[in-house]
Amino acid sequence: MDLSCTDEEEEYRARLREWLAATLPGLPGRPDPLDWPARRAYDCGWQRRLYDAGYADTHWDASPTQRLIFLEETELAGAPYVGANFVGLLHAGPTIAAEGTAAQRARWLPPILRGDEVWCQGFSEPDAGSDLASLRTRAVRDGDAYVVTGQKIWTSHAEVADWCELLVRTDPEATSKHRGITWLALPMDAPGITVRPLRTLAGSTEFAEVFLDEVRVPVENRVGEENDGWRVTMVTLSFERGTAFVGEVVACRRLLGELARTARKNGTWDDPVLRRRLGRLSAEFQALWRIVQANVSEAQATGGVPGAGGSVFKLHYSHARQELYDAAAAVLGPDALDLGRDWTLDRLSSLSYTIAAGTSQIQRNIVAERILGLPKGR
Amino acid sequence: MDFRLTEDQRALRRGVRELLARLFGREALRAAVDAPSLDRELWRELGAAGFFALRLPEAEGGVGLGLPEAVLVFEEAGRVLLPGPLVATHVAAGSVPGAADGSVVVTAASEGLVPWLDEADVVLGDVTGAVRVRSVDPLTPLHRLPGPVGAVGAESLGPAGAPSVVPTRPAPAGRLPTTDAVLLTAAEQVGSAAATTDAAVSYARQRSQFGQVIGGFQAVKHLCAGMLVRTELARAAVRAAAVTGDPVEIAGAKLLADEAAVGNARDCLQVHGGMGFTWEADVHLHLKRAWVRAELRLPAARAEEEVAAAL
Repeated sequence: MDLSCTDEEEEYRARLREWLAATLPGLPGRPDPLDWPARRAYDCGWQRRLYDAGYADTHWDASPTQRLIFLEETELAGAPYVGANFVGLLHAGPTIAAEGTAAQRARWLPPILRGDEVWCQGFSEPDAGSDLASLRTRAVRDGDAYVVTGQKIWTSHAEVADWCELLVRTDPEATSKHRGITWLALPMDAPGITVRPLRTLAGSTEFAEVFLDEVRVPVENRVGEENDGWRVTMVTLSFERGTAFVGEVVACRRLLGELARTARKNGTWDDPVLRRRLGRLSAEFQALWRIVQANVSEAQATGGVPGAGGSVFKLHYSHARQELYDAAAAVLGPDALDLGRDWTLDRLSSLSYTIAAGTSQIQRNIVAERILGLPKGR
Repeated sequence: MDFRLTEDQRALRRGVRELLARLFGREALRAAVDAPSLDRELWRELGAAGFFALRLPEAEGGVGLGLPEAVLVFEEAGRVLLPGPLVATHVAAGSVPGAADGSVVVTAASEGLVPWLDEADVVLGDVTGAVRVRSVDPLTPLHRLPGPVGAVGAESLGPAGAPSVVPTRPAPAGRLPTTDAVLLTAAEQVGSAAATTDAAVSYARQRSQFGQVIGGFQAVKHLCAGMLVRTELARAAVRAAAVTGDPVEIAGAKLLADEAAVGNARDCLQVHGGMGFTWEADVHLHLKRAWVRAELRLPAARAEEEVAAAL
């Protein structure tokens, strides 16, 4: 049980902190959240700066502890979030790094790291949400290409993406629905693709529906074997649950501090019920941070991908984060109804946390079956 | 950074688990429930095994280990519902003669309560006017101190200092290394939370209804998953607090550990259905002890205030 960093890690932290202090003041102003091309340009510009400074590969090349330090320090310094590069850096990139051929790694990874190419995710379908493995988007082999027809939904950043990590059904006759799925890199400028933005309850278009009509995808764009895409995907999903939320826990601790300051100013701090509620949340986010450190220690020791421990983390994190915004609403009172306040928009966005990346109900199934060993069944 | 247990720590935990299985297995637990008393022989055996002297320097006859190791040991004690004023005696090992080797039993007044007052050799804190109550926990005799509910007892959090030691008679209020006592109590809660999770899962895997084991039903599965999440959250908090020794982190850890122990015992009872409501099942012993531990050192309201004050 050692929570201290090595000298080398502390040096890394100090260097990073110094670079952030020198770099962040020179960044342009944040773009309009509704202007996707501007958001893409901003996020890619930030990624390019990271690349030039030697921090771009942190998400999959650095040691887990270094990654933790990177996410902690960038969040503490108020650096931009990965934004449009989320899928590239945290889903598709790690999957290609783990499962791709040398040629595929050389083709796709450097542009992700430089912020030149943006990826989106084509996993869910209208009839394949929690039951992702029942997806039906069809890919039929035709010479050196797959011909893909079907529909994807909840595809983040689809409007501005260059590539889509796409799950397709290559063998509809397979004995189990988990077999017969293949992972493809789909170029978003291919003929036959229609993107229709979806408006979220927060009013913005964070994701889209993607319609695929006989889109040709070269066979060389397949990562992993044909019909082995489910296993390849699980690598991606474990990454998502294991490390993708690290920065956000740090953010939550910062937000809670801000909230306490606001409460002290506007007098709500005198209400012991509210004060205790904030105290409890603080204890929970502190414990979540310790779980992150435990998961990272485990990942570092086994050299592997974060496992089912990520589900334990996500279950409580998503709940606690929603509770944070509800507590914020109690502090803000009437101001919580004003969309001009960041807190209000963030509260609306937080409603997705118990649904996205595996609903809480699915996470509980995973915990019960994979960790506790309870039988599969509904 | 490596937050995992070291090889030595894993061996320690294994050793303590084996020791407690031998000294205080389920039969001993049920026998103790039927005839509650402080088992002096068990106490001396715990002393001989280093349970109380764990954190004393080797030069003073101790084991020379730290708070992280003590937390692991108390998790195991909580898991098997080991009775007695374990935390008070452990914390007093460096200051009360005889506590370290298990020949002297030490208890302490805390939060208006004194556990094991009649059975202990030494009591720390002012116990003037203490009145015996019928304790909800069959394995924790309790005395109630006069004064308003919520009055801060001798073990309130504060700077560590020398305890007042007055053998079996009233003493002026003194101060203890109370943050350690709070954390070790939290560790017992974590052990209990883990034990009730195991018990619920094991029952859900063998109890059959509607032609299948009930653990296959999502309604039951999700209760069990929630129990594991509570346990893991509390465990990470308690172990990290043992490493940092930070009083605010300790207060937060106690809060989450209380919630895990009480909440998990409740859910374990629910998974057991009617059996969970019987005296014969052990679930109620975990719930009642969890209630006592939650109240005894830094109850939720004050823990929440302590953490909030640091925001």
